[in-house]
Amino acid sequence: MERSTGPVIPKVVQSIDGYVTNEGIELIGQKLELATAEVTAVSTFYTQYKSKPVGEYHVGICTNTLCAVMGGDAIFSSIKEHLSIENDGVTSDGKVSVEHIECNAACDYAPVVMVNWEFYDNQTVQSTKDLVDSARAGKPIPPTRGPKTLRTWKQNSAVLAGISDGLANEGVQAGEPTLLGLNKAKGGA
Amino acid sequence: MSKLTPVLSAHWDQADSFTIAGYKRNGGYTAVEKALAMQPDEVIQLVKDSGLRGRGGAGFPTGNKWGFIPQGDNKEHYFVVNADESEPGTCKDTPLMMANPHVLIEGVIIGSYAIRANYAFIYIRGEVTHVVRRVQQAIEDAYKAGLLGKNILGKGFDLELVLHVGAGAYICGEETALLDSLEGFRGQPRLRPPFPAIAGLYAKPTVVNNVESVASVPAIVNNGVAWFTAMGTEKSKGFTLYSLSGHVNNPGQFEAPLGVTLRQLLEISGGVRSGHKLKFWTPGGSSTPIFTDAHLDVPLDYEGVSAAGSMLGTKALQIFDETTCVVRAVLRWTEFYKHESCGKCTPCREGTWWLVQVLKDLESGKGTEADLDKLLDLCDNIMGRSFCALADGAASPIISSLKYFRQEYLDHLSIGACPFDPTAATLFESAGVR
Amino acid sequence: MSIQELGTEQKVEMITCVIDGFEVTVPKGTLVIRAAEKLGIQIPRFCDHPLLEPAGACRQCLVDIEINGRAFPKPQASCTIPVETGMIVKTQLTSPVADKAQKGIMELLLINHPLDCPVCDKGGECPLQNQAMSNGRGESRFEGVKRTFEKPVAISSQVLLDRERCVLCARCTRFSEQIAGDPFITLNERGALQQVGIYEDEPFNSYYSGNTVQICPVGALTGTSYRFRARPFDLVSTESACEHCASGCAMRTDVRRGKTLRRLAGEDASVNEEWNCDKGRWAFKYEVAKNRISTPLIRDANGQLQEASWPEALAAAAAGLKGVRAGVLVGGRATVEDAYGYSKFARVTLESNNIDFRARLHTSEELDFLASVPTSATYTDIDKADHVVLINFEPEDESPIVFLRIYKQVHKRSIKVSSIAAFASRGSEKLNANLIKTAAGDEVSAINSITGLTGKSVVLVGERAAETAGALSAVAKLISSSGAKLGWIPRRSGEVGAIAAGALPNLLPGNRPVSDASARVDISTAWAVDSLPTTPGMDTQEMINSDLQALVIGGVDPMDISADAKVKLAKKFIVSLEIRQSDITEHASVVLPVAAVVEKSGSFMDWQGKVRKFEAAVEQSLNRSDVRILSILADEIGKPINLPTVKAARAEMESLGAWDGARSTMKSVTASANTSVSGDEAVLTSWRNLLDKGSLQDGEENLAGTARASVAVISKSRASNLGVKENDLIRVSNNYGAVTLPCVIADIDNSSVWLPRNSSNSQLIRNLGVVGNSVVKVAKA
Repeated sequence: MERSTGPVIPKVVQSIDGYVTNEGIELIGQKLELATAEVTAVSTFYTQYKSKPVGEYHVGICTNTLCAVMGGDAIFSSIKEHLSIENDGVTSDGKVSVEHIECNAACDYAPVVMVNWEFYDNQTVQSTKDLVDSARAGKPIPPTRGPKTLRTWKQNSAVLAGISDGLANEGVQAGEPTLLGLNKAKGGA
Repeated sequence: MSKLTPVLSAHWDQADSFTIAGYKRNGGYTAVEKALAMQPDEVIQLVKDSGLRGRGGAGFPTGNKWGFIPQGDNKEHYFVVNADESEPGTCKDTPLMMANPHVLIEGVIIGSYAIRANYAFIYIRGEVTHVVRRVQQAIEDAYKAGLLGKNILGKGFDLELVLHVGAGAYICGEETALLDSLEGFRGQPRLRPPFPAIAGLYAKPTVVNNVESVASVPAIVNNGVAWFTAMGTEKSKGFTLYSLSGHVNNPGQFEAPLGVTLRQLLEISGGVRSGHKLKFWTPGGSSTPIFTDAHLDVPLDYEGVSAAGSMLGTKALQIFDETTCVVRAVLRWTEFYKHESCGKCTPCREGTWWLVQVLKDLESGKGTEADLDKLLDLCDNIMGRSFCALADGAASPIISSLKYFRQEYLDHLSIGACPFDPTAATLFESAGVR
Repeated sequence: MSIQELGTEQKVEMITCVIDGFEVTVPKGTLVIRAAEKLGIQIPRFCDHPLLEPAGACRQCLVDIEINGRAFPKPQASCTIPVETGMIVKTQLTSPVADKAQKGIMELLLINHPLDCPVCDKGGECPLQNQAMSNGRGESRFEGVKRTFEKPVAISSQVLLDRERCVLCARCTRFSEQIAGDPFITLNERGALQQVGIYEDEPFNSYYSGNTVQICPVGALTGTSYRFRARPFDLVSTESACEHCASGCAMRTDVRRGKTLRRLAGEDASVNEEWNCDKGRWAFKYEVAKNRISTPLIRDANGQLQEASWPEALAAAAAGLKGVRAGVLVGGRATVEDAYGYSKFARVTLESNNIDFRARLHTSEELDFLASVPTSATYTDIDKADHVVLINFEPEDESPIVFLRIYKQVHKRSIKVSSIAAFASRGSEKLNANLIKTAAGDEVSAINSITGLTGKSVVLVGERAAETAGALSAVAKLISSSGAKLGWIPRRSGEVGAIAAGALPNLLPGNRPVSDASARVDISTAWAVDSLPTTPGMDTQEMINSDLQALVIGGVDPMDISADAKVKLAKKFIVSLEIRQSDITEHASVVLPVAAVVEKSGSFMDWQGKVRKFEAAVEQSLNRSDVRILSILADEIGKPINLPTVKAARAEMESLGAWDGARSTMKSVTASANTSVSGDEAVLTSWRNLLDKGSLQDGEENLAGTARASVAVISKSRASNLGVKENDLIRVSNNYGAVTLPCVIADIDNSSVWLPRNSSNSQLIRNLGVVGNSVVKVAKA
């Protein structure tokens, strides 16, 4: 196998184990003929690789400047309190984990929350509380711009590892802000 | 409304805009037929003549970049798309790839043909699952349609296109860090020279282009140089995506000729948040020095923004009104740079560590005016001293905010706390929803 | 590329530039930082190292540069930019911008650095400390919170890591990857949390790990054995040469009050560059082992060794040696001067050519080879080689600096390496070697199969080639037919020098054949004796088996001597010159204590034939070099050799020079028939791991902790026949004994089993009575 598959393989491991386990590191080392230290060097560099388990629903709350100012900070602190966990913590039922994240390229939808790296646009404190409560209760929480139903952390890790789940056609092609300029150009309101 | 020129976004309002059928219905994949009928060098010349400049931040002429690839060197060439959109405020490539990944693929085919590359890569950030699905499907559909793979459209050109999903590192937007990441290493910038055009991916000649730059190529091929150069300003030709976000009534994507002003875009979109007024804004993401309401009429092209003391960057217009504490905003950006510093070089790794501590103290009202001078001197010791531009980006908001809002820093110190109410800045405050 | 390397090229384009107003002309490709050094301008630096690829990471070496009137807009890292014609460089000495930039970087490097210099091993010899004084601000403006980590972390049993001291220069990680090929330490995490680390279950067990401690510009990496032991200003440093192998490393020995506290790699571009191996660095406790002999001993009437005075002991030794047929066993670790003393002692005092330095397995074919076939290869030849062929030679284990030199060219130029061995060792794998898979005993046909060698090819033959009849003959043929350069690389540091000193039954000093009358005249004239014995003497095995009545034995490793040989030795009158009690002293009639390397001056000759002189690092020692003792003993016997000092021995040997007459021609030996095995039988093959039970490694547990595990290597088909899987125990036995080890399943020749020759639970001479090329039984344990 090529070394260039290196960054993909931890995602495969995450899709199976949920995080980058020692077994995963050793397996990658074997398959790519790399020292385990070299695998560790790569897996600890990237934020999306987790060295410990996350929840079935991993909630990322953008607290970069724009989202933070627009409400991200309030959402982040209230959700931590609501779930009684700290940053990078997991609820005791293993369902939800929370992480403050950096800018996720959806500033025109601020404040933005991601769950399993799917978009939840224009969030408020209450909408995010509802989101995590529904997640814990097993109720459907469709992303704003994404598939009809939210898939689990492991399932989405597989998609990021290049294993298609066939859901590309689900969901909108674009949200309202994305289309705003076009609509204005067409003389729309 | 005549200021807007939807080209890339022209068909985003169609529900199937992201499918190959939708794209073809709107004239998609006709440019690639034209391009493959030309000589590769003619394609390069066309892009050079169009004056298209990089839309990822640096503004380097795209055609020139292609022209740097040595020809007849019997080496594999690589065409790499930088889709690692992560600069705070920047949100144009992500909706583009979600709504129309095929225009990017068409651009990739044309670009790869021009530089004689038989392998191309799209390096996309990993935190956008649904966009990954869309691009992956588009690549698969393009293969099925004979637009990728062997003997494309029967013209004898072969191209393999691989989607590479990043794993969370802002630094991978830096092109040499991106290449290291693509090769399976930690995404840390490489020494230059050699430049990627000579020794890039796997030490082979490589072009790295931003998504929007590549996606702009099919329209140029289809409509010609004159059409493209009719838009924009003298040295900044064509149209581009401006991303308006923050304290505005209607945030979103606006495609307009280069040189449009923020005042014009605010007029079109519906203005600053009602009842509030513009305080400061970024012209091109958090790494570009901030502007104030004094800069509303700066032409938003490469030269205009630069002349006014900032950079066009990614045209990420983040708007902050008077409810926003500039020290808090700058601190948060600095925390971002600290989090995203790759750690390779001293000024960035240690400098951002220190800057955050100084700014935290200042935001909470601790310190003296001398600390502001120390902060500026610290920025001077970081800016232009680091391995890549990340640390310059970290220093920019600090230096520019002290330039325009020094008094606000002093106000923190004189009252010993932040004078701002953070809730006033939230959207829920104005909407009355919590 | 470094200046040194450029210097070896034929045509070098020279570039002139201006630094701080001074013109300097340097080879094209020279980095600004090194061009400045040439002018005596020291630009501060941390990540820069002349033997590592540039990183540009620490940013400490920023300078202002303009080329042909065009100035760079910002200061540039002088460690990454090669000089150009028309370049004008302004360092901190002439550019206020560069000076401020450097002071700014230094301040940043120090914000997270602890102020523990008073307790840090590096304090007093620390590049950070020194350069902070020379190029830093007087005081820090940092008032915040410093980064802290748990400390120290043992990244191996011999290296400790204090992360908060680390400046992330990446010298250690680049060394491990680029120089040693052991990427077991890496930079982990990101940004301000970036840190050096290992994978938790795989320690930094590299044979070369000590170099990272030496090149660490701060006290982040320290040696476990040296930690908190000394301050640099309390140490007395002596340039020395490594006694552990034939690689020939220049070393520095640091002594405090008569005791060696540490050893460092010395610099010699033509030998070890700036590196050494961990054995050379850390294996020196044998000098102060409990069983060190401090006074002469004489065996009494009851068969017990009793302490004696020097006159008594010398008289006893002389009495036993006078008028009897005797011989000399030198061992492979004698200095050139001592070997010369033994050589002269045998010829003049004992009037015999019975002398041999080979304590290991040896043959008359090898004797013939060593006397007849000239070697010419050097490290520089490896630098330029198109192809390196390894024959019964595992450089990483048996001459580790030779390995580094080959690896360097594999890393840089991807040169071809071929190896004749039963399986691909870890070293072979790192060299990406083309394995010519060969069972012990079948080497001749493997050697004969090698084609395509040129004058730029280098053939390196190990001492183990002697273990197969015909192999050295085949090597001689290969060299003469291909024109490739030959290197013969024994494991021990004394062997090449012993050849030059004439410590062989068929050679006099300077490679003069015993059988050549004019060669004998040369030597007898110089030695002022009437004549020299004319017939070639006995080799080691012959002497042990013979009815010689007495033997003088110096520096022979008891590990090399089989139990059977010990029985035979016990019947002779033995005068043993030794530093420690051993199986030899146990049977000796007279034991004369001699100096360890650290206590004496002398020289070794490395595999290239290059003389590696050293001075006594411990000057106060009362112990004397072998040659001095031999000279007194010869006087006592009444047939003086007149070599009262090491200096005298060296001077006399140098005045003799090398033989300019014809060498003898090698008589080709034919290969013996292949050994065939069946069923549970296998052909034993082995070599010594670098870190093993070797007697010079005694007493250094931290070093031993990084030794490779003792394993038996078998093929997949043998494993399935035996019904064993990886790590299951297998038993390798013969009529003599058995070895039981966990197995490793590898791509090894099907008929072979590999065992470490002298490792824990696998000391083959003791356990099996043989070391290789012999049929053994393999079974599931």
